[in-house]
Amino acid sequence: MKLKTTLENYLFVFPAVLIFAVFYIIPFISVFQLAFFDWDGILPTKIFVGLSNFKEIIADKIWWQSLWQSGYITLIALTFQNALAFLLAWACDREIRMKNFYRVIFFIPPVLSEVVVGLVWQWILNGNYGILNHWLTHFGFTNLTRNWLSDPNTALTTVAVVHCWKGFGWGFLLFLAGLQTIPRELYEAARVDGANAWNSFKNVTIPLMIPVVVLVAILTILGTMQVFVLIYTMTGGGPGYHTEVPVLRILASMRGSSRFGYACAQGITFGVILCMISFAQYLVNKKAKA
Amino acid sequence: MRSTLYYKTKKTSVNVIIHLFMLTVAVTCLFPLLWMISSSLKTQETIFKDMSLIPKVLHFENYYQAWIEGGFGRYFLNSLLYTTVVVIGIIIISSLAAYAFSRLKFPGKNIIFFMFIAAMMIPIQGSFVALYVLLNKLHLRNTPIGYILCMINVGLSTSIFLLKTFFDKMPKELEDAARIDGCSKFGIWWHVALPLAKPVLAVVVVLNALNVWNEFILALLIFDSRPLMPLQVALMTFQGEFVTRYPLLMAGLTIAVLPIIGLYLLMQKYIVKGVTQGAVVG
Amino acid sequence: MTTMGKGRLFAVLGLISLILTAGCSSKSNSGKSISVWHWMTDREPAFRELAKRYAAKSGIKVDFELYAPSDAYSQKVRAAAQGSNLPDIFGILGEKRDFSSFIKAGFILDLTPYMLEDNAKWKNSFFAKALAVNEFGEGNSYGVAPGIYGTPIDIMTIQMVYSKSLFRQLGLNPNRPPQNFSEFLEIGKKIQAANLQGLVSGWGEIWMIDCLANNYAFNIMGKDKVIATIKGEVPYTDPDWIKVLSLFKDMQESGLLASGLVTMVNKTAEQLFANDKAVFGFNGSWCVNVYKGMNPNLEYGAFLPPKASDKFPMAIWGGAGSSFMINARSKNKEEAVKFLRWLTEAPQQAYLAESTNNLPANKESINKISDVMANFARAMDYATHPNVWGVSEFSPVIESLDKGIQSIIIGEKTPEQVAAEVQKIKERELAKKR
Repeated sequence: MKLKTTLENYLFVFPAVLIFAVFYIIPFISVFQLAFFDWDGILPTKIFVGLSNFKEIIADKIWWQSLWQSGYITLIALTFQNALAFLLAWACDREIRMKNFYRVIFFIPPVLSEVVVGLVWQWILNGNYGILNHWLTHFGFTNLTRNWLSDPNTALTTVAVVHCWKGFGWGFLLFLAGLQTIPRELYEAARVDGANAWNSFKNVTIPLMIPVVVLVAILTILGTMQVFVLIYTMTGGGPGYHTEVPVLRILASMRGSSRFGYACAQGITFGVILCMISFAQYLVNKKAKA
Repeated sequence: MRSTLYYKTKKTSVNVIIHLFMLTVAVTCLFPLLWMISSSLKTQETIFKDMSLIPKVLHFENYYQAWIEGGFGRYFLNSLLYTTVVVIGIIIISSLAAYAFSRLKFPGKNIIFFMFIAAMMIPIQGSFVALYVLLNKLHLRNTPIGYILCMINVGLSTSIFLLKTFFDKMPKELEDAARIDGCSKFGIWWHVALPLAKPVLAVVVVLNALNVWNEFILALLIFDSRPLMPLQVALMTFQGEFVTRYPLLMAGLTIAVLPIIGLYLLMQKYIVKGVTQGAVVG
Repeated sequence: MTTMGKGRLFAVLGLISLILTAGCSSKSNSGKSISVWHWMTDREPAFRELAKRYAAKSGIKVDFELYAPSDAYSQKVRAAAQGSNLPDIFGILGEKRDFSSFIKAGFILDLTPYMLEDNAKWKNSFFAKALAVNEFGEGNSYGVAPGIYGTPIDIMTIQMVYSKSLFRQLGLNPNRPPQNFSEFLEIGKKIQAANLQGLVSGWGEIWMIDCLANNYAFNIMGKDKVIATIKGEVPYTDPDWIKVLSLFKDMQESGLLASGLVTMVNKTAEQLFANDKAVFGFNGSWCVNVYKGMNPNLEYGAFLPPKASDKFPMAIWGGAGSSFMINARSKNKEEAVKFLRWLTEAPQQAYLAESTNNLPANKESINKISDVMANFARAMDYATHPNVWGVSEFSPVIESLDKGIQSIIIGEKTPEQVAAEVQKIKERELAKKR
């Protein structure tokens, strides 16, 4: 009897595991193996080099710089992007007019293709002909105008802001869903008890929203660390190495220098780092719950 | 005690500020879409000279030309097919798995779940070639089913993660009631879990539909024959090696973005509904 | 869900699986056909027309398959090579080193015997420099047996362009582009004073920086010293290299470079120059077509980068624009060769040149081209290309040099600093000894 139940249970996960095993694990094993070889992606012969790819990664300053920069963008996403999403979701949660309109509008950025987003924002941010500088000058802030995407001081932050703009729609949606499931009665009860707006926010909203916040945080970290298409179309990783991110470095190894083995080693390293970050977050989360 | 007028004006002024804030954000969200549409109605020569949002001459024929030249009819249907099948496939496969991870017991459950989660963290850019060789060996290269299976795999981990998080928070009473009524495990999954999960399922639908609809590089690698290509590949014909035909490209992109917006409009009602029917989380 | 709903769901699934199985590719191919893979979106209509003509003439169907953009095309070709799935004819994008790997792996047909037939008739129909990028010479450093392994189908050169109308605005003679570097810098000062944009180019795509830097390197120290540097015999910290790097600093300080240049994509640069928003451009001969499309009334001319030294001649990059190779394992080798021969004959080359505004690779087709195109073509005498030097620099070194120049332009690093960094990476790569 027990065997039958267990087999039945396995049936539930069987399709997922099958597809996963064939289309993820098998290629992954191949990638994992390649990390220990030197290969240009074309020749039939691969040279075994052991750990030397990994040793090179540790010494590769540009790799660590790209990792740091990707972390910076993620930090901005975790704070600015999610705060914006939360604020907007909270605003839409109240009984205000046009909230259906806003719900649709705020999801347009995630839906647009990266091509359009890259083009439009390049155009807006252009140092000479861009609208942003045009309006800054118009309102008298001429000293604030700069070449947003080519100035080494602003390039990374600018790219991060555009990325936030494109991504906040998802957080907005999830936060809104979370907020809408808080029973109105709880707010009523709090008001009857004499709580003002801030108190009810602190004691009702925040505790019930923590699981959503955690979920959005995890997805934000994983998603933002792996970003690259938008950056590639807007700055190509430049100026210099100022907007390089790990995935762009992996692609550069693959296509630029035809160093497939090294690219695979970079991929593995990156994955391990992301796992460590997620694990750390999981531990923090567990501790907070306790 | 402050007067009601104070509270009323305070409430109105707060509302005004909130509206202003939201409108500003909304404008920045709308702007690229409007720019895209307005550019699609200009010509190659005026597109970077004419800065107006509504061009004097509206070249609607760009849409017709983009459709014909891009061969959109065929590619549009292909994209629709791939997206639909992949989304349905993911919904079924990942909800089954997520339900099992959440509610059922079997040896190795945690390890298998952990593998799925780990897969979300390890980007395998380099795996494209390995995937290609694998599909070749399985004789699935250059076939719709090969591409569909690959794309199902791409969305599996995140979908399972989202669904499991939801199933964990689901009240057990409904399931217990169904079990007492003699429902099998599959029956509970189908009749109880899935309907309750409509909001999060809607998120999964939109997420995966967006991924498949906008996907391009894997399709280019896996498919050799043009008739099997999805829409995004067709859009590349306007982004020439040297000459990008911007108005046609913008028209094509506008056409491409409409179905996704339509799908979102349909699904977002479910995502936000959940007041009485449970929620995504929380 | 009700049972009826379930039934409907299964019906839909069944229908979909029917469509899928029906959609599985069926290879119904009666009669010979040749498959060609390419990335040249702009030439797709011209290719299709040529395929039609060839089919009418020889009865053989030629399937041109376009996979764009070029990055994705490269990946596809490499994947196909791994899966033994290459078409009959295809092109290889990238460095000579990759080309050599394809040859060594046995994927490319050696065309030398065909080229040398009939008193080398096929070989001699091309511009020597165009063919050179597809050739491997005696004792080349790639370990490839000497021979010709591909055919060029067009040529291109990369030069400077200048806007005649903006020259007039600056009070300069519109028929006299700058002849040397100090003149160039002087114009830069005028540009800055007039608040115009100077040089635009796709320097966000670092290979274009590499191109100009290399051009000036040839001019300042001569080809042999450059080759010696690549071989590792001369360090990048050599004063001549510092001179090359300083040129970029000088250009920036004189106001010659447009703002935002270091992250500019070439397409943006083209768009700016076409709309007369920049005085100078650094671009390839394909730009003629691009500019014509965006602004047919643009008044401009092409010129060599103004020389910084009189010791050695100025060099530009040029040679084959695109080339095609034949799959050594193709079942239609002979037919493929015949088709390539036909494609590179004078009438077909003239048609391609006319319909796509690119320069033909066949010497005899050079007659009717526009003035600007003629400018680009004449510069072929000064042309060289990394793929003909017989040695290749390490990619990390190239990247570090180009990104270093970007840093110089934005004022972050000095030429000496960049030279030192590049040399460090060079020594690291040399030490790997693979």
